[in-house]
Amino acid sequence: MFENVTSGVHDKRQSRNVGVAVCLSAFIVLLFVLTAVKIQQLGAVEGFDHAPRPALAERVDG
Amino acid sequence: MSDASLDIAPRSTSGDYEPSFGDYFALLKPRVMSLVVFTALVGLLAAPASLHPVEAFAALLFIAIGAGASGALNMWWDADIDAVMKRTAKRPVPSGRVSATDALYVGVALSLLSVMMLWLTTNALAAGLLAFTIFFYAVIYSMWLKRSTPQNIVIGGAAGAFPPMIGWVAVTGSVSVEAVLMFALIFMWTPPHFWALALFMRSDYDDAGVPMLTVTHGRRATRNHILGYTIALAALAVGAAFTSIGGPLYLAVAVIANAIFLRDAVRIWRRDETDAEADNFRVEKAFFKFSLLYLFLHFGAIWVEAVLPAGAWSGW
Repeated sequence: MFENVTSGVHDKRQSRNVGVAVCLSAFIVLLFVLTAVKIQQLGAVEGFDHAPRPALAERVDG
Repeated sequence: MSDASLDIAPRSTSGDYEPSFGDYFALLKPRVMSLVVFTALVGLLAAPASLHPVEAFAALLFIAIGAGASGALNMWWDADIDAVMKRTAKRPVPSGRVSATDALYVGVALSLLSVMMLWLTTNALAAGLLAFTIFFYAVIYSMWLKRSTPQNIVIGGAAGAFPPMIGWVAVTGSVSVEAVLMFALIFMWTPPHFWALALFMRSDYDDAGVPMLTVTHGRRATRNHILGYTIALAALAVGAAFTSIGGPLYLAVAVIANAIFLRDAVRIWRRDETDAEADNFRVEKAFFKFSLLYLFLHFGAIWVEAVLPAGAWSGW
């Protein structure tokens, strides 16, 4: 059975749901941007890519 | 900090009132949050280092949410006395728009979220200070001091004084003299601000049985205390001009603002209840209104001193 709600109650529930959705969405975006900033602050990160990297090779003189 | 909200909202007449998003938001005491955001922002900007803008925004947001969470916990605990006082009867819980249990859940959930996120965003000390602030306001002030001692607002004022210190610590990771000075400024400002409110709200605190100074020691003693604290505040506020958070601009603002504040405190001290009743507490209301501007001016000046390039008006 569907609950019989008045238009006013429906509007308030809708405003509440939209409000929560906006807050959660904003929180997710903030977390994403904050994570990107934190990672950038770590400096350049080189991952292991199965390819020779001359920069890491030991220098051989002569 | 003041939450003298006079907004008018419908009182629930039945148990089936459907709370809106705004009703839940009102649990967070938005006016108090705005003052918290401002003072915390000044703490962030005055610190001798800087955060990435995204980190600074997030830190401010979580400090504000933490302050809002403590407001929700306060509304949950004080629902009975809020319903009796005219100033607070329209709040979401006493007016029946939000249940006390919901206020508790919102308060606890946002407290945990704000502390955890401030820790991840900045550092453990800032998060610890925020957690302590929430605990201090919800437990030490609301549950204990408010109903037991006329010094409630003096000691409880510490809760409102922490935000600039948290802002400072979020940047530097440590507490310093400058952070303590900003804390002290709000701490000393709070008693005269609230006692002026207690004078013109007259019977509110009597009706609710809250042992404000006006109730336990009378209005004459309250007027004396307002003057005493205002003199001490003026000395502190002007003295801060000669520290690293001050400067010539701050000094000028502090001298003028404190001269006005002291003048009004003397006026309050000279009056008795007959004078106050005759003009409907005009001087007390003016003092209360100016106290909000007073805090804004001082922290605004600290902000300007911090962002101005070193030179004629910045620092000593």
